[in-house]
Amino acid sequence: MTALSWKPLLFMLAIVAGLAASPALAQSTVTDGQKLAFDRGKGNCLTCHVIKGGDLPGTIGPELKDIKAKYPDRNDLVAILFDETKRNPQSMMPPFGRNRILTEQEISAIVDFLQTL
Amino acid sequence: MTRRAAILLGSAFVALAALAFASPRVVAADKVDPVADAKAFQNFFFQKFPNVRHEDFVNGPYSMNEDMKRQWREKEEFPPYEFALDAGKEMFATPFKNGKTYADCFPNGGIGIRQNYPYFDEKEGKVVTLELALNRCREANGEAPYSYVKDEMASLTAYMAFTSRGKPMDIKIPDDPRALAAFENGKRYFYTRRGQMNFSCASCHVQSPGERIRAEILAPALGILNAMPIYRSEWSGMGTTSRRFITCNSQTRAVPLEPQADEYRDVEYFLSYVANGLPISGPGARP
Repeated sequence: MTALSWKPLLFMLAIVAGLAASPALAQSTVTDGQKLAFDRGKGNCLTCHVIKGGDLPGTIGPELKDIKAKYPDRNDLVAILFDETKRNPQSMMPPFGRNRILTEQEISAIVDFLQTL
Repeated sequence: MTRRAAILLGSAFVALAALAFASPRVVAADKVDPVADAKAFQNFFFQKFPNVRHEDFVNGPYSMNEDMKRQWREKEEFPPYEFALDAGKEMFATPFKNGKTYADCFPNGGIGIRQNYPYFDEKEGKVVTLELALNRCREANGEAPYSYVKDEMASLTAYMAFTSRGKPMDIKIPDDPRALAAFENGKRYFYTRRGQMNFSCASCHVQSPGERIRAEILAPALGILNAMPIYRSEWSGMGTTSRRFITCNSQTRAVPLEPQADEYRDVEYFLSYVANGLPISGPGARP
């Protein structure tokens, strides 16, 4: 390969890197987060929570809405998903992070989705 | 070396002595009191659902609201457990190869006795459930035991429950420390959180009865075994108490025990005892 032929490749890489930081990626983690939240084998949040866009919700947990107003700090949401029994030992909410039901990335994607509600 | 061992031993003695002094108070505070437990358990549900008639708790989710109750009444006209009930009646009357029958193994020929199970067997020192007694009856008469979870076992228990319908649950705890220990062990199992989902039996059936998980209404723990065995639409078939415990464990991603494991026997003892006084309603039908 000559030094010259590297240039277009670097240019392409720059575009890809630019995309990663753009709203397009944020949008895709929100979509992933929604999928994970609705997936019966993953978050399965609808078993207990009413969520806009989801069918047959359960009634055990509170409706998930106005999340950004209730939890301005996303770390609070991450903590609730990781292990809510730390804060409230009586909570029925499964400790998704502690018991490895969801990975850190999956929790983060779900939090991105929750913040759009 | 020896001196160190002596110091260790000495401190162990001090710790033991401290425990010995502390323990009488602990025992007094945590005294096993099944009568008080049953009363508190029933009152919890009676107060949580003041509009549900006490004897209705044995109808599970169908007791929780009027719509569900209507569904239950309609279902009872052509009950899905009827095939199992008929099969169980026939099996019960059919002699084993040695000419004896199930009736020979049970008090009152096995009729109208469901409300007395499980019982604490003082010879064995353990809880004996109806399912266990049925298989022991078979084996004592040279027959192979049945699967504990469905089919024949569910048919037999369906018939025995049916002949006992309306009789109040009547579980006894004899004056035997092992019986109290079994009750306490069952209670502990019931309230302990386990599995990947971190649920106890009580999370769903004490904390959240009447609530929905997706479209399904959670049944109250009070009287939940009075309806056993059940036809469950979700199972497309009949299931025993053993099946109910096992599927609860696996659905919450906990490791199920073997059917009739000591802990399952104990939790059945605990749950049945706290439902004393409520009528047998089995066999039941559930969504």
